[in-house]
Amino acid sequence: MSTAVLPRENYLNTDYGLRSWFLTTDHKRICILYLLTITLFFAIGGAFATVMRLDLATPAADLVSDETYNKMFTMHGIIMVFFFLVPSIPATLGNFLIPMMVGAKDVAFPKLNLASWYIFTAGGCFTLWALISGGVDSGWTFYTPFSTLSSNTNVTLAALGIFIAGFSSILTGLNFMVTIHRMRAPGLTWFRMPLFLWSMYAASLIFVLGTPVIAITLLLVAAERVLHLGIFDPARGGDPVLFQHLFWFYSHPAVYIMVVPGMGVVSEIVAAFSRKRIFGYTFVAFSSLAIAILGFLVWGHHLFVAGISVYSALVFSLLSYFVAIPSAIKVFNWTATLYKGSISFATPMLYAFGFIWMFTIGGLTGLFLAALGIDIHVTDTYFVIAHFHYIMVGGAIMAYLGGLHYWWPKMTGRLYPEGWGKLGFITVFLGFNLTFFPQFILGYMGMPRRYHAYPPEFQTLNVLSSAGASILAIGYLIPLVYLLWSLKYGPIAGPNPWGAKGLEWTTSSPPPKHNFETTPIVTEPAYNYSELEETAVV
Amino acid sequence: MAIEHTETTEHVVPKRVYYTIFVILMVMTYTTVQVAYFDLGRFNAVAALLIAFFKASLVVLFFMHVKYAPKLIKLFVLGGLFWLAIMLGITMTDYMTRTPQEFPMSRVNTVQPLPAAHVPTALLG
Repeated sequence: MSTAVLPRENYLNTDYGLRSWFLTTDHKRICILYLLTITLFFAIGGAFATVMRLDLATPAADLVSDETYNKMFTMHGIIMVFFFLVPSIPATLGNFLIPMMVGAKDVAFPKLNLASWYIFTAGGCFTLWALISGGVDSGWTFYTPFSTLSSNTNVTLAALGIFIAGFSSILTGLNFMVTIHRMRAPGLTWFRMPLFLWSMYAASLIFVLGTPVIAITLLLVAAERVLHLGIFDPARGGDPVLFQHLFWFYSHPAVYIMVVPGMGVVSEIVAAFSRKRIFGYTFVAFSSLAIAILGFLVWGHHLFVAGISVYSALVFSLLSYFVAIPSAIKVFNWTATLYKGSISFATPMLYAFGFIWMFTIGGLTGLFLAALGIDIHVTDTYFVIAHFHYIMVGGAIMAYLGGLHYWWPKMTGRLYPEGWGKLGFITVFLGFNLTFFPQFILGYMGMPRRYHAYPPEFQTLNVLSSAGASILAIGYLIPLVYLLWSLKYGPIAGPNPWGAKGLEWTTSSPPPKHNFETTPIVTEPAYNYSELEETAVV
Repeated sequence: MAIEHTETTEHVVPKRVYYTIFVILMVMTYTTVQVAYFDLGRFNAVAALLIAFFKASLVVLFFMHVKYAPKLIKLFVLGGLFWLAIMLGITMTDYMTRTPQEFPMSRVNTVQPLPAAHVPTALLG
């Protein structure tokens, strides 16, 4: 059982003062730095969404001007994608857990890890500057020729911000890959690793292989605006569709950067709260890699109506269906893990269930969009908006919150209030579905995205969506409040409040500066719950 | 205690290797310039890219020590190249199979203007 006091010395109290935080090379403190930074970005991105949903509560364009509305959805997308979702699980939970799960003192390159945070923050500041000094209206996708020839907003500045932040992604991915390759504890073979490590490895591959492409592509946009190179300008022999090819070569796999780490989190939670080894461990592990690799072959499904050739569209459509296979393997295997498991419905498990359900809906509607005929009907409608929010918000953010709750006692040494946790989950779950499910119907009925006025017959569904968004906002505030509250008043958690398996649970909470007193030696496979005596969980 | 030799042990390369590679790179740069004076038609870019690829390979193999690196590092280098091939290759499924009919704008310049009598009067406004 948990002891009633926090460990005397832990990573939070070894040093004090701002200097000890801003010059730290401790992966756990860097996790906290990222946590604070991305929470700020999430709030900013959420504020833009709030303005949009308020404006869309009525059919008339009566809250903001059309130019402002364009800037709202652009900045919402840029902030949420590049400065919240992409770093969300990897930079926070990944940073905290990867060294602990492999049984190491830190990541392979601790100084590079801190540099990554500074680079990320610098990129974020650039983008915020672009936002404060007038905003951007090109959409988060920066499509040419609008972004290169027509837009007179801060496209160059925002693109440079993302370019800079991209280096943070590359360095973080590199750091994680080297850590997993080189710093595993004695006995921790690849197939004894927790699935979170497999999924973080897969996401790191995407970071390293994909991010340079978006960085160079956005640099080309900036160069085209400033120097008029003509790479994307047909009048100078360029091709605007080339931009879409290059952009989506990164940005489609980027969706898997968001969701594959989430799948790792869900694997951990499902195993812990079912008291069972994940069904088909090897398949789940390899399906992460399969998603990372196949994710690079399907970008063209974003271009079906952009003027690519029919042959190319057929190839991309077929390849897109292949991604469904490893995704389905995961969902079926999580479900099979539950079978005859000793399931407890603690808050992290509820978020994991939420993830599985939302990801399934988001994934299946993705198959609609991979089908050429249906895609032409619903391209650039709210159907697409609903689909990718089910993956990114319903999937990635659910997993992020689930992971945050699951490892919160490890990070802080204190438990959050379980009742409030469940209430927060229910609010998020209801708010999310009320926000985005009506958008499937709106899109199917033909409401286009990126417009701030619409015919009156769409109002009921839009009002439902806006109402859902306000519930969702409250749903996000609830955990923010009680997690902060728990820092001071939460019950002491002890090293392993969930009775979970995994190296991170063998050390004290919060962990000491170097994670373990002695280098752990691994002698059993991951999720070896069969050996555990039956213990009640929370 | 004996010093343990791990995979990361630094391979010492004689200086003359670096100098030789540097001279080869300079010669290839000169070759690039000279080749540019010959009109090879559609192979102009191919020639320049082949030389560039050769030079880049030398840099990666010798200056970046990949030649002496463990197999895992080589695998990652090849992985990077393979991903580049994916990007270029699948993008080409579009560019190699586009037909003129799919480019309404590209036909605008080639279509002869209609005789004035055939233009609807409404358009003449």
